[in-house]
Amino acid sequence: MNVKPWLLILALLLPPFAQAQGYAGLGGSAEGFDIPQPGYQFEFPKDHGPHPSFRIEWWYLTANLTGEDGRPYGIQWTLFRSALKPQETEGWQSPQLWMGHAAVTTPDHHYFAERLSRGGIGQAGVTAKPFEAWIDEWHMRGPDINKLSLSANGGNFGYDLDLNAQGPLVFHGDQGYSVKSGDGQASYYYSQPFFAVEGTLHLPDQDIAVTGQGWLDREWSSQPLAADQSGWDWFSLSFNDGNKLMAFRLRGDRSDFTAATLISADGETTALPDGSITFSPLETSTVAGRTIPTRWRVTLPDRNLDVEVSALTPEAWMATRFEYWEGPVTISGSHAGRGYLEMTGY
Amino acid sequence: MLLKIDNVQKSYPGGRPVLRGVSLALDKGQTLALTGESGSGKSTLLNLAAALDSFDGGEITLDGTDLSGLDDPGRAALRRQSVSLVFQQFNLIPSLTVAQNLSFHARLAGRRDEAWSTHLADRLGLSDLLDRYPENLSGGQQQRVAIGRAMAARPKLLLADEPTGNLDETASTTVLDLMLSLVAETGAALLLVTHSQDIAVRLDRRAHLSGGRIT
Amino acid sequence: MTVAIIQALLSHWRRHRLQLATLLIGIALATGLWSAVQAINAEARASYQRANEQLALGQHDELRNPAGPITIDRYLSLRRAGWQVAAVLEETTRIGGRSIRVMGVDMVAYPALPAVTRIEQSATPPNPADILTSPGRLLASPELARFLSSQTGLPPVLTSPDLPPDLILTDIGVAEVLLDRKGQISRLIILPDQPRALPAIAAITPELERVEASSQLDTAQLTNSFHLNLSAFGLLSFAVGLFIVHGTVGLAFAQRRGMIRTLRALGISMWQLVWLILLELSLLALFGGFAGLMLGYFLAGALLPDVAATLRGLYGAPVSGEIALQPKWALAGLAMALGGTLLASGHALIRLSHMPLLSGAGVQAWRTAAFNGFTTPLLGLLVILVGIIVQLSIGGLVAGFSLVAGLLLGAALLLPSLLSLVISVFQRFTKDPIAQWIWSDMRAQLPGLSLALMALLLALAANIGVGTMVSSFRLTFTGWLDQRLTSELYLTAEDDQQGREISDWLAPQVNAILPIRSVELAHPSGPLFLYGVVDDQTYRQHWPLIASGADVWDRVNAGEAVLINEQLARRQDLWPGDDLKINREYTLPIAGVYSDYGNPTGQAIVSMTRLDQIAPGVEARRFGIRTRPEGATELANALRDRFDLSRQAVIQQAAMKAQSMAVFEKTFVVTSALNVLTLGVAGFAILTSLLTLWTQRLPQIAPVWALGLTRARLARFELLRSALLAAMTAIIALPLGLVLAWSLLAIINVEAFGWRLPMYLFPADWVRLFLLTLLAALIAAALPALRLLRLPPADLLRVFANER
Repeated sequence: MNVKPWLLILALLLPPFAQAQGYAGLGGSAEGFDIPQPGYQFEFPKDHGPHPSFRIEWWYLTANLTGEDGRPYGIQWTLFRSALKPQETEGWQSPQLWMGHAAVTTPDHHYFAERLSRGGIGQAGVTAKPFEAWIDEWHMRGPDINKLSLSANGGNFGYDLDLNAQGPLVFHGDQGYSVKSGDGQASYYYSQPFFAVEGTLHLPDQDIAVTGQGWLDREWSSQPLAADQSGWDWFSLSFNDGNKLMAFRLRGDRSDFTAATLISADGETTALPDGSITFSPLETSTVAGRTIPTRWRVTLPDRNLDVEVSALTPEAWMATRFEYWEGPVTISGSHAGRGYLEMTGY
Repeated sequence: MLLKIDNVQKSYPGGRPVLRGVSLALDKGQTLALTGESGSGKSTLLNLAAALDSFDGGEITLDGTDLSGLDDPGRAALRRQSVSLVFQQFNLIPSLTVAQNLSFHARLAGRRDEAWSTHLADRLGLSDLLDRYPENLSGGQQQRVAIGRAMAARPKLLLADEPTGNLDETASTTVLDLMLSLVAETGAALLLVTHSQDIAVRLDRRAHLSGGRIT
Repeated sequence: MTVAIIQALLSHWRRHRLQLATLLIGIALATGLWSAVQAINAEARASYQRANEQLALGQHDELRNPAGPITIDRYLSLRRAGWQVAAVLEETTRIGGRSIRVMGVDMVAYPALPAVTRIEQSATPPNPADILTSPGRLLASPELARFLSSQTGLPPVLTSPDLPPDLILTDIGVAEVLLDRKGQISRLIILPDQPRALPAIAAITPELERVEASSQLDTAQLTNSFHLNLSAFGLLSFAVGLFIVHGTVGLAFAQRRGMIRTLRALGISMWQLVWLILLELSLLALFGGFAGLMLGYFLAGALLPDVAATLRGLYGAPVSGEIALQPKWALAGLAMALGGTLLASGHALIRLSHMPLLSGAGVQAWRTAAFNGFTTPLLGLLVILVGIIVQLSIGGLVAGFSLVAGLLLGAALLLPSLLSLVISVFQRFTKDPIAQWIWSDMRAQLPGLSLALMALLLALAANIGVGTMVSSFRLTFTGWLDQRLTSELYLTAEDDQQGREISDWLAPQVNAILPIRSVELAHPSGPLFLYGVVDDQTYRQHWPLIASGADVWDRVNAGEAVLINEQLARRQDLWPGDDLKINREYTLPIAGVYSDYGNPTGQAIVSMTRLDQIAPGVEARRFGIRTRPEGATELANALRDRFDLSRQAVIQQAAMKAQSMAVFEKTFVVTSALNVLTLGVAGFAILTSLLTLWTQRLPQIAPVWALGLTRARLARFELLRSALLAAMTAIIALPLGLVLAWSLLAIINVEAFGWRLPMYLFPADWVRLFLLTLLAALIAAALPALRLLRLPPADLLRVFANER
């Protein structure tokens, strides 16, 4: 991996890879940053806003869409926050850095764009009420988190979408305290997986009206990974029966760590402990010179769940300053549906 | 005695002796042919007599002046005033015209005489060539200019080193005739170095140089 | 067989070592001076390119606010509309008495800036947190980093070898603190990748002007004329060096004719010989060229610091003072050596190849064959004519140089005929036989010395021309400084607020306070600095106007008209009566043109009220203060004490003038150095010519010696002859030099810098140069004369020897 050191600022936004442990003490202490604690009482809308005293945070929206042409599409809209120091200051020297990623995935193409900014001057940020997350002209905003308009543009693509929450927020792990390793690293993690989405995709040759389902992840922490963890595979699956599943596997040198949340159609959650879910790659593709698993078998033996998750297209590689795979998937097997898959560290 | 050479010795650098005690005398109006093999030292002796070179031992007196006592300017003055030289290679001044060459020595000596110069040019058959440069003349013509230059200064002593050595037979005869008649006309003494007996017999006296001595 | 031939050919050089040395030195000098200039140019250009690449200068369109700095709000408006722009805050500031450009870029939004990428890819990349947050880090070249480390009150300094000298690169957040320009942005770089569906910039920030990348101040373009100047000088030196080569090779060939005839008689073909000689020459050229490269390298190393200082001072062009041996100019230098040697030898080689097997022509014939007849002077006249025609018909800097080149070359070709003419006149009117002989001998020697004398002519003319130009410039510049720097004190406040306080405090004690305020505008002709003036007698009496309409100052002060500097006037052909379009809104008639030798950029002056209308919010931190000259020092100290100002913040007129003159003098250090070197090379050419002529001198001298001239006298004549020839050449060089000076002042300067300078004459300089020339000629003739003096009579007698 040839991660440019400078990119480390931005790399902090994502779970660091194996050699990242040497950088900036990620594997060690949190250097004055706050650490997630179990039993935290979320406070809304305040907690939809940023938490500068934590090192990293994101507003991560993915959506599975169907176009007027009947074809499946996926979009991603992400705003990352990374803090060099646990505070916010006015002006250029703000230690809060922001990074935006946006992507549109079609069955045969993947478009993406990236934006960078720092806090302190208003070029990027998040306010809780009214809710707005923005970087440059990209925005996700509305009167509150349940009703949002979403927009982003790259050089040759873009989208303008409306999101309407059809269900409650759901909290992962122990009421939003999501453990990430056997050593106890954890984050605050909640989602709004019930967005109904409607709007327009701007593709190079045409605009396409789309509808579908969106899933917003909110997560913040200061020390998300154990030192030996090199990457992760993260699934957000929406089954046709209305149930949903969030599941991830953190790949470690010594052992993998898994966690999952089953979400019922009305928002009831069941957290599944480490080891209850299995992930096995069935097929890999070569994307951007790397070998990426693009078809998976995911099983939850206790719940009679045994599905195959296949990428809509293997091309969903985010060749951004920090590279990873993020794209829409289709589900078959014991359950059918659609969802999003994110893979880092390949 | 105009020229008196007494027991003169001369070695070349490196110690090879050329003249091992040569004695010779020449009176006013006399002509002397100096013969000898190649490398016998005839030219060297002539050069010494002309105050062109210095010698190691003995004595040379020219017109009462002891040459061994002279410094460089003194020798130069003597050459200007008392002797004239004619060489085998003519040795005209290439950058000057025939007329300028003819009068050059006389003017250096301060004895310029237009009538005499014109007469000489006539006698030597150079009247039509006065504006030419030496490089445009034949060998015989060049040597006639050289003789004219020498005689224009009215020298007491004319020194000639193989003056016909570079000339064909006809030109040789002309040049020698002119030289001898001019010498007779002016009453100058002549010391002529030659290897040719035919030429030597035409002069008053002969001396032969061999092994660095007069024999 | 080939080996045997080569041995035979090379044996010549063994017997003529001095000739070999002369040839090699000639090639080395020609290559050395040329390479030095090329190395300097290459290094400077590489510096610009490196700086432009590293800092992405002139590569992207930019947005500027003609009225001053851009606020963060405006930046945000563009960003929130989708425009990918990167903020840059830059200013030249003084740190520890040194003028340093601070460039603050938004390193987060513009991480693709090559200089930033280089740093993050370095072996020990800095921690981003250190760079982006207070106190931040300064990035500087190693030399500057050392200097900055010794200064107090600065953020820690990191070293980046790729950065231009005298530039600090830092994050914009650090720069705004360092420059005390919080919240200000100098310009916005429009980044190459923009998103779709952007609104027009004019709809978001109508006050900002878009400056195309192509119209931005380009150091390479700006300094082109300077480098062309240097190149011209290098070429002149090269030409002078080739004269030496030509002379030496010609003589060597002439001396080898006997050997070559023998070789041919032995059955070697002419072509074989020509090829072998070509090979021999090429080897010699490479040897000499290599030595020349070494020479050039060291010469360039010695000259570059001054050139760098000049370029920084005159153009603000970033050039480091260190030279690197670049294969590009090294190879070019060797190629020049090879090409030059073959060019200089071509004539001799062609003549040699056409030599009949049995020809008896000797060295003398070769000598006299060169430069006689009408061909050479006719060619000279033709070359001069072509130069004039090119200048008249095409114009421009290159044509200006071709005029100068035509004049120089043509005059050089005419020189032998001219000298010959002069000598024959003297010869005709001389009665003394020795004088007559000297003149005639001089004339006979002329063909052999022609090339050296041509070289001398060129060097002298260049000296007179350039010297006159520099001195005229200096005189004009000094006078201009007197007119321009009329205030007794020049003051720079820390900010506008302090400026107001100082003004208020000063007002009752001084005669006048003249604010100096300016703004850089983007003009179609390049950057335009617009200045504002208050109505004051100082301007009315002293400002150096070179063209003006009626009531100049009344109209300017009433805001009705504008003054422009000579550079802008000449570049755009704008004169009183024309209109100057200042920006979209303002177009004013031109009331006058003033001379301005401070920089090559365009300038204009309007009334202070107008300036505030055209560009509101221009900072008012600098002032000229008119006061009693005797009280200036006292007042300066009082100001420093009272307002806690640094030494540089309050400068007295004399110091200001001294600084300006120092910059001026530095500008011409290189020119002077090359001038002296060229003269030296010409002197060497004379020496080598005399030495090579030496072997033919004996048959000329011996008969005269035999006829009763001492060697001492003949030696004196040798000195006299050399001095006379040099003196005559110098006299011919004078008018040529003056024509050259005129061309430089009236044509080249106008094209290169945009100003025309009056020409002054400096006879004292000519006398000095004349004496210097005589000295050079005497020194050059000293060795042959000394040889003659010490010559044993036996050597002279050998000329007469019968058995040769």
